[in-house]
Amino acid sequence: MTGTVLQLEHVEVGFATADGTVSAVSDVSLAVAEGEIFGLVGESGCGKTTLAMATMGLLPASATVRGAVRFEGNDLVGLEPEELRRLRGDRISMVFQDPMTSLDPAFPIGDQVAETITAHRDVDTKTARARALALLAEVGIPEPERRYGDAPHRLSGGMRQRVVIATALANEPALLLADEPTTALDVTIQAQVLDLLRGLRRRLRTTIVLITHDLGVIAQICDRVGVMYAGQLVEVAAVAEIFRAPRHPYTQALLAALPDQQQEPGSLRVIPGRVPNLVTPPPGCRFATRCPSVMDRCTVVPPLAHETPEHLIACWLSEATKRAADPAGAAAAGGAA
Amino acid sequence: MSGQVQAVDRVAPVPAAPPILEVTGLVKHFSTDRGLLGSGATLHAVDGVDLRIHPGEVLAVVGESGSGKSTLARCILRLIDPTAGRIVFDGRDVTELRGRQLAAFRQQVQPVFQDPFSSIDPRWRVGKSVAEALDAFQIGTKHERRERVLDLLDRVGLDPSLAGRRPHELSGGQRQRVGIAAALAPSPKLIVADEPVSALDVSVQAQVLNLLADLQRDLGLAIVFVAHDLAVVEHMSHRTAVMYLGRIVETGPTETVFRDPRHPYTKALLEAIPHPDPERQLTGGGLQGEIPSPIAPPSGCRFRTRCPVAIDRCATDDPAMTAFGDGHAAACHVAAATLPTD
Amino acid sequence: MSLAVASAAPARRSLWRRGILSSRKGRVGFAILVGLVAVAVFAPLIAPHDPNAIDASRILAPPDLAHPFGSDALGRDVLSRVIYAYRVSLGVAVGSTLLAFLVGVPLGLYAGYHGGWVDTVIMRPIDMVLALPAMLLAVALIAIIGPGTNISAIAIAVIYMPILARVVRSSTLVVASQTYIEAARARGTVNRKIIARHVFPNAVGPAIVQATVLMGFALQIEAALSFLGLGAQPPTPSLGSMLADGRDVLTQAPWVEIFPGLAIAITVLAFNFFGDGLRTRLDPKGVAR
Repeated sequence: MTGTVLQLEHVEVGFATADGTVSAVSDVSLAVAEGEIFGLVGESGCGKTTLAMATMGLLPASATVRGAVRFEGNDLVGLEPEELRRLRGDRISMVFQDPMTSLDPAFPIGDQVAETITAHRDVDTKTARARALALLAEVGIPEPERRYGDAPHRLSGGMRQRVVIATALANEPALLLADEPTTALDVTIQAQVLDLLRGLRRRLRTTIVLITHDLGVIAQICDRVGVMYAGQLVEVAAVAEIFRAPRHPYTQALLAALPDQQQEPGSLRVIPGRVPNLVTPPPGCRFATRCPSVMDRCTVVPPLAHETPEHLIACWLSEATKRAADPAGAAAAGGAA
Repeated sequence: MSGQVQAVDRVAPVPAAPPILEVTGLVKHFSTDRGLLGSGATLHAVDGVDLRIHPGEVLAVVGESGSGKSTLARCILRLIDPTAGRIVFDGRDVTELRGRQLAAFRQQVQPVFQDPFSSIDPRWRVGKSVAEALDAFQIGTKHERRERVLDLLDRVGLDPSLAGRRPHELSGGQRQRVGIAAALAPSPKLIVADEPVSALDVSVQAQVLNLLADLQRDLGLAIVFVAHDLAVVEHMSHRTAVMYLGRIVETGPTETVFRDPRHPYTKALLEAIPHPDPERQLTGGGLQGEIPSPIAPPSGCRFRTRCPVAIDRCATDDPAMTAFGDGHAAACHVAAATLPTD
Repeated sequence: MSLAVASAAPARRSLWRRGILSSRKGRVGFAILVGLVAVAVFAPLIAPHDPNAIDASRILAPPDLAHPFGSDALGRDVLSRVIYAYRVSLGVAVGSTLLAFLVGVPLGLYAGYHGGWVDTVIMRPIDMVLALPAMLLAVALIAIIGPGTNISAIAIAVIYMPILARVVRSSTLVVASQTYIEAARARGTVNRKIIARHVFPNAVGPAIVQATVLMGFALQIEAALSFLGLGAQPPTPSLGSMLADGRDVLTQAPWVEIFPGLAIAITVLAFNFFGDGLRTRLDPKGVAR
């Protein structure tokens, strides 16, 4: 059994704003196993990026984080900034959506990769440079010797993203957080980068948390996926399972809304209503206002429970959730298995 | 397999009607100003495009970055002036129009833009943005304009009372609807939509696509739908044109192009789509390399540097469009060779 | 990362709290400025004595109840002089900056929007003026034309116009690249109206911030000019000339020097605070300096 690299326990993130406190992440718990590619999917504003930033300790001062983020057993929340800095780029790395802002426009790409190495490892510049070259080759930069000295603007978007990935993997991190890494790329380039990530995971056994809104990307590359809505984690399952048999009403609606050649134009199934205001979120399940199966009980937050050993769901429609909320009562009522 | 062809209930284009828009040999070059040594190279954004669209037809123009599709859209809208070629709208040559005649053209052809956040003036109230074309073209009285704005908002599925709000109070999807309402205001015949749903969430995309389809049906609009998301295109358009590096490489009825792509680039594009279906994994033998620079496009066939089936001829001869019947055509020597010779 | 979540209409804060004066600094600055402007406007009502009334019996008299700021070398009440001088100085500061604004902003808008040769034709001369040291330019202008309150206002306006033109041009470049400008053209709006209705409202923010800060500096420049005798001429009192007079009697009667100096310092501070407050609202990206 592989170990757990990342464990989130009841993580809550709030932002202080002029209008009040925005509850961006509400009671999220999940575990990511070593070597797996875990996808975190949801639409804009669902809190997936906030969650990743909280894990890396990259949230602004206006944010308050509660709960525990255990990485290799240690709680990252409340770590000294200096210690977090040591971990970042070394044991945990992050790849962002826009490669142009992740790379310093003034410095050659090769140097930026080498700098990540020297920042965390006690090696001389020659060794670092050699390793950087090897990394550039590994991520598929053609003629890495020649391009080592290029400034980022000389590279295309796809190439830049590869450099960013090289930087992220330079010190062979245990965990890579990738926030919409291919969203800004053309579809043919995206295919290449996804291929690259898959290959790298295979070779280096890196654990990857992939954040995206694109269900296609999830289907292609992830082993397991967690679905988020308005700051809440509503469903977690293996990828095949999520697409084959989604259980949470939001996941079902999301999949139904995807454009499909067989549907007539004008007839895509939409989710009525809008995302709730996160300053004054509704009590309980935040999808309740738009859920076709809403019940009175939904004003209480349904806990995330194991529908099957591999499939978690947070919904009062699920027997597992009901049991998790009231084990004694369910047992007394002799609830159906 | 998404190859199931269904009899879809779209507005069928009137077969006998002449095209409402006909673009011939459109070229748009930009001169780049690189380096200290003054004006540099020429960027061949659009390099010889022919296309035709009929009233009530939805034509998708598909391509990745560097394909020139956005430049093409702006040329059609006359937001930029083409370097060469002709644009004929409703029987009139509009390539060189200026002043009042250009204004008359503008009333008939309206844009819908990609970014809901920057395509509406953040300081203007929503109603004013929707009415902009009415004010500029002096359509109707003040009272009539007000009525029309409310009617348009309703038509795009927004509460008319939103007319008094500012854009930042609206969500991305709502703003995009405002943009559509603004485009419909002067009752255009042709809409040029440049990636109208790319910046929206999936569930919001669905809403806006439904809206566009309904409007198209109700108003008999012709739409040039520029996109990079093939799933959206397959769903929304009658015909599809695939662009690569400033040229159209394949065109035809959408179902045909998707079911039976002839050009290697179209095939690669279709194969690269990550399907939201774990059973259909990308084969991993996809298109390699990057798109060449539009400043120095490859000789002969532009796609040859990445083409898995390129032959010698591709380096020397620029392939012409070969017809495969039923309005389906592709510009490829290898594909042309598959046709039985007479 | 987007926290933009759709919601019912958010509570509409009043313009004061959420808008222009959202920062405490801004509110403090604004309050002081309001007070100072009131002093300048209502000078005749507020000043306890005639600023030009010479009183031989009170030469260099220290502050007391009747004369809170003391008296100067000619026995004139320093408080009243400061109040009237303030009127002149503030008038020059505000007037000159306003003039610079009215000329510089349209130039910057046109240069930024049209670009190309229009931009070059407008901005080259402006850049040349910007290259010259401000004070030298002002002194040179006055040397040619002659001293006086109006001239110093014009000289300051000449110095400031290029700065404001530049600031507006920068923000215009950003605004002009926005999609809604393209949309406006497609909807049939002519360039003239696009500039007036779309570009100006969205681009003018940083220029307003800059102008506010410049007013504070303008006050200092006016004071410097009249210190040198090039600004307001006697008998018109001015803060600068009071500073010049006060220097001679600094050890005997420091109040003659201190109070005009304080008046300048407080005003400049107030303008800076107010400008900072405006900046958070109008120029979050910091185009103005």
